[in-house]
Amino acid sequence: MSNNLLFDFTVDKSRKTVYINREFDAGLSLVWDAFTKQALLDQWLAPKPWSCKTKYMDFKVGGKRLYAMVSPEGQERWGIQEYTSITPKTNFKMYNAFSDEEGNPELPGSEWDHTFSEQNGRTKVSITIYNESLDRLERILDGFTQGMKMSLGNLEDLLATLSKK
Amino acid sequence: MRRDVFQAIADPTRRAIIALIALQAMTPNAIAENFNTTRQAVSKHLRILTECELVKQEQQGREIYYSLEIEKMKEIDNWLSQYRKIWETRFKQLDNVLSTIKKQKK
Repeated sequence: MSNNLLFDFTVDKSRKTVYINREFDAGLSLVWDAFTKQALLDQWLAPKPWSCKTKYMDFKVGGKRLYAMVSPEGQERWGIQEYTSITPKTNFKMYNAFSDEEGNPELPGSEWDHTFSEQNGRTKVSITIYNESLDRLERILDGFTQGMKMSLGNLEDLLATLSKK
Repeated sequence: MRRDVFQAIADPTRRAIIALIALQAMTPNAIAENFNTTRQAVSKHLRILTECELVKQEQQGREIYYSLEIEKMKEIDNWLSQYRKIWETRFKQLDNVLSTIKKQKK
């Protein structure tokens, strides 16, 4: 895997915005699909050991995606996204919020903007995430890091049990 | 209700207060001298910063001095860097998905 792919991550706290730029070693069509097709999204969106499942996804303006991040213990954290603007293979925008299993949003959420461009066979994706309240980030992290600590704890228990035998 | 720390630092006056007291502990009067606002307005900003635990108060004689909670500021940077790590992990996973698909197509 090529390691010289661009990756920028900056947070402007006063604007409550996160800016992410990342290059991928693949053509525009494929990268666009990876961000906009359910089967592909579910393969990469959850940081391992979490997994991602999508209940439904309707990628069109006004359409929604209801999905869950699933912890290694099977705990589900639901979220709902609504697509607010789509320019195929160039840009899409969405509104993202925590929700319940039925997709009832917990406001406020965050506004996401994705821009795609291809150069020399590589595709650059620029993401901006505006959070009305950046405290949401803390909630996202709490969930993931607790999940990770728990799974590491389980592993320690398992190793301790096995080494006793 | 828990205060939003980012709300606290979103305000330009509060950011200026943080910059001032990062250098040395100051009394509300001394802080207010640096701004074209009322002493009450500065007190309100200090109260919000205190509620967010970004500043702490210390009584010295008859005066109250405000200083910066450096640990709390570090904490914010710390969890932002964890958020960055989540994105790194995600994108590495996406690299793998993309390279698998490209191989299948060949």
